[in-house]
Amino acid sequence: MRQILLFLSVIIVGIVFTARLFYLQIYNSKSNSIFDDNAIRKVYDYPKRGFVYDRNGTLLVANQPSYDVMVIPREVEALDTLEFCQLLKIDKARFISQFEKAKHYSWRIPSSFVSHLSKEDYAVLQEKMRKYKGFHIQKKSLRQYETTIGANVLGDIGEVNNRDIKNDPYYNLGDLIGKQGVEKSYEEILRGRKGIKFIQKDRFNRNIGLYNEGKNDTLPKQGKDIKITIDSDLQAYGEWLMQNKRGGIIAIEPATGEILAMIAAPTYNPNDLVGRKRSKNFNKLLRDTIAKPLFNRSLQGVYNPGSPFKLMNALVALQENVVSTNDRIVCQNGYKFGNRFMGCHCGGGSRDMVLGIQKSCNAYFANLYRKILDKNGNASNGINVWSNHVKSLGLGNYLNNDLVVGQKGRIPDRNYYKNAYPREFYSTYTLSNAIGQGEVATTPIQLANMTAAIANRGFYYTPHIIKSIEGEVLPENFTKPKYTTIDKKHFEPVVEGMYQVYKNGTASGLQIKDIEICGKTGTVENFAIIDSVRTQLTDHSIFVAFAPKDNPKIALAVFVENGYFGSRFAGRVASLMIEKYINKTISRKDLEEWLLTHSLENEYAKPQSGKPFKINREAEYQIIPLEENTMFPDKSNIKLLP
Amino acid sequence: MRQTDRHFKFDWITILLFFMLAGFGWLNILSASHSGEIVDYFSFSEFYGKQLIFIVLSVVLITLILSIDSKFYERFSSIIYLASLLSLVGLFIFGKSINGATSWYDLGGMTLQPSEFAKAATALAVAKYVSDLQTDIKQFKHQLRIFVIIVIPAFLILLQKDAGSTLVYGAFFFVLYREGLPKIYLILGTLLIVLAICALKFGVILTIGIASIIVLSYYFTLKKRPSFLQPLLTLLIALLVAFGVRYTYDKLLPVHQKDRITIWLSLEKDADKLEKMKKEAAYNLLESEKAISSGGFKGKGFMEGTRTTGKFVPEQHTDYIFTTVGEEWGFIGSFSVVLIFVLLILRILHLSEFQKSQFSRVYGYSVGAILFIHFLINIGMVMGLIPTIGIPLPLFSYGGSGLWGFTILVFIFVKLDSNRINEW
Repeated sequence: MRQILLFLSVIIVGIVFTARLFYLQIYNSKSNSIFDDNAIRKVYDYPKRGFVYDRNGTLLVANQPSYDVMVIPREVEALDTLEFCQLLKIDKARFISQFEKAKHYSWRIPSSFVSHLSKEDYAVLQEKMRKYKGFHIQKKSLRQYETTIGANVLGDIGEVNNRDIKNDPYYNLGDLIGKQGVEKSYEEILRGRKGIKFIQKDRFNRNIGLYNEGKNDTLPKQGKDIKITIDSDLQAYGEWLMQNKRGGIIAIEPATGEILAMIAAPTYNPNDLVGRKRSKNFNKLLRDTIAKPLFNRSLQGVYNPGSPFKLMNALVALQENVVSTNDRIVCQNGYKFGNRFMGCHCGGGSRDMVLGIQKSCNAYFANLYRKILDKNGNASNGINVWSNHVKSLGLGNYLNNDLVVGQKGRIPDRNYYKNAYPREFYSTYTLSNAIGQGEVATTPIQLANMTAAIANRGFYYTPHIIKSIEGEVLPENFTKPKYTTIDKKHFEPVVEGMYQVYKNGTASGLQIKDIEICGKTGTVENFAIIDSVRTQLTDHSIFVAFAPKDNPKIALAVFVENGYFGSRFAGRVASLMIEKYINKTISRKDLEEWLLTHSLENEYAKPQSGKPFKINREAEYQIIPLEENTMFPDKSNIKLLP
Repeated sequence: MRQTDRHFKFDWITILLFFMLAGFGWLNILSASHSGEIVDYFSFSEFYGKQLIFIVLSVVLITLILSIDSKFYERFSSIIYLASLLSLVGLFIFGKSINGATSWYDLGGMTLQPSEFAKAATALAVAKYVSDLQTDIKQFKHQLRIFVIIVIPAFLILLQKDAGSTLVYGAFFFVLYREGLPKIYLILGTLLIVLAICALKFGVILTIGIASIIVLSYYFTLKKRPSFLQPLLTLLIALLVAFGVRYTYDKLLPVHQKDRITIWLSLEKDADKLEKMKKEAAYNLLESEKAISSGGFKGKGFMEGTRTTGKFVPEQHTDYIFTTVGEEWGFIGSFSVVLIFVLLILRILHLSEFQKSQFSRVYGYSVGAILFIHFLINIGMVMGLIPTIGIPLPLFSYGGSGLWGFTILVFIFVKLDSNRINEW
């Protein structure tokens, strides 16, 4: 038996070793991917982010180098701290805290010491850098806005968050990603594709050469430049006019669906969200929950459309053949239904369709709406027919375009009312819809698109922001017309009505010489809950228009919050923007000056003031000196942040 | 007659397993030691180049060993042993220090480590003494003499601060036990190890307390009780041993050795401190476990190991060569190496049992036991099963002396084995 001892020991040890190997290599083994191998350093080579140009080829967004001072604590030698701090423009406490932070992170790996140096500081520092052992400068790329306008259009880039990384494994911590606007919707095109180098590390974390002779490495793919549909002059002009006001403007080229201007007021300078100041400024914008500068009113602002919606009802009535253009309806300063009454400002009298539109007669359209719904004697059926026609012009749903934010708005159908009116349903129940109040709600871009469809007499292109991408074809969604359910012939009377609005109607004071404009004013009641009391505020001022009447070049919708009559603020802005776009010069400087000297800030302060206030015609104008406005934005006017 | 043809009497299985290990070992040294492109496989400035030369030279050595008459080894064993002792003593005068151990002769450009050859010499001496007709292993007098034969080289090596190589001499315990060493040594030895570990892990008082309960309850269950002095004496010795172990651990051991034991037995109660200690004191172990683990089932492929290329494991071409196997050849490769070692050792033990002469049997048994101790300590250490002890993996680890030492050790046995028919 004595022979057994060693034999057995050898076999047992062999089995124990095998078990241990199994535990280490199979049971407890980590993934074998080189991405998870901490002996391999992954170095990313970031491509140049694509530039953004406007429709005329003006450069809007480029890149700028940014310089970070990096530190490798282990290599730092005694230095003149005072001088170094002065060069970096930091104080000694910050120097110490940053150094501690870097040491805590790693002694051997570079960490950021001071980020985003200005070019000037960099120039000075670079000369003296060799004196400071262990510190070096690393170049990074930031966005450079060549303009102060279009913050809501262009958007910005920022570091990815955990959700971005989870959604797309392409991103690593510290990568930049489009956060808003075009930067977000065209992120993949602008960013290109980063290259990756696999570098073999040794146990001191030093690089000792390429992994696998660089066979796994990839080269970066440059980001593509894009051209957006925005006309930067028009955009700048619109933003300039909208100072001290809140609202949204969308201008579309009807023949293509290209968005010429997308204005959200108030706005901010896109340069505020670049580099070192980004997080501070972004928080400031985010926390302004009253003016909401980050809220893109032209895309996200959902308002009752008001009178411009009457155009829609006119079209549906003609299509459904419940009225002819010559049928006359008498307005008795309002419309009486049952024991209720809808007032009208048109002055009363007999109206045909053109006159109805021109005078924006509530009674006329109330009549039309009822006729549409009651066509088959069944309003439940009627409202669905009506709803489908309205939706065919792009209202009541997302436009499915290349803008990252949007709202559906609301075009009700019978189903929508099933809780409010479970059994009987009569056309009079929803009569407010006739004049664009009540349950219908739209965003400025939907209304602009509706106007473009009217301008085109029956079709529209999905409004979009992309004009062209280097070497790529635009998707069919943006190049194929979408036809409405309204026949082409029915548009002419409506267009004529809109033309008369300018010629003789509610916007007759806003005509431009030699341009035939078609438009429609809107004045929309609105309410806010103040201290749990539903309180009426000054009406929103709304205007839709297109021009010229034949072969239209521009269609737009203007919303000015609490601007009262449609023609007062929105109409003026629309008229000036049309002139700016078509004639390139402004002949009516008085109109321009009126807009700039009339502020609505007092109006906006009212609900927050806690005091009783007056609205609409009882409210007074707030006049401000012209000098309080910023200069018209152009390139000479770019103010970089301090 | 065919059987008298020398070449066909050698045990080719042993020779095949031996060269499989040496060859595979060299591939791993190549991977662990190359930096950049390999220009010359025989480059004398690179570890892999030297090792390849050593392997080629070992073939010459083998030819020499096999061509000498097998009686020579038995007849000259005492002289070989004395020469070996002399070479160890000589180190105190002419030795060269590497990594704190004075175990090398500097022969201008290359070094020689006599302790690697002393194992074979001691094995020969032990075999010679045990197989002597005068020797009775049951007698304490003879036991003591054998003990002296073994301890002299072991002690000399310990003085040169090569603790790992000293431990190898423990292998002779298996040999003597096989040859009839009384069982009490095995029992006592096992008890001592258990006692030492318990003293460290649970403290002296608890250990002795439990020991007292066991010893006394055993004493009182006996029908014919010997004097009460006997259990008392036993416990006293146990107490002394436990204290001795504890004292050595607390006061005498150098910090790095103490830390190795602390980590092995998880003696530090504070988990954070232990974790920190692991990172600092057991850096090698941490890296070697990581490297083996990263190999997975199939391994990363020959020369593809990122941790090997990055030289994450220190001393990877010598004591930690098994980590290269683990990383680059995965479970399949590592298991194969373990299997080949087990087969080689078993083959040698198996052949030993068939030897007609006691000298050959004892020697063969010594060879198997020495290989086993190396295998056990080295791979056990690399995988974190036993505390860190510097000892090479036979035929795998880089080193000319080591390779030749094992070549001599194994091939003297191959020669002896080939001669067993002529033993009569």
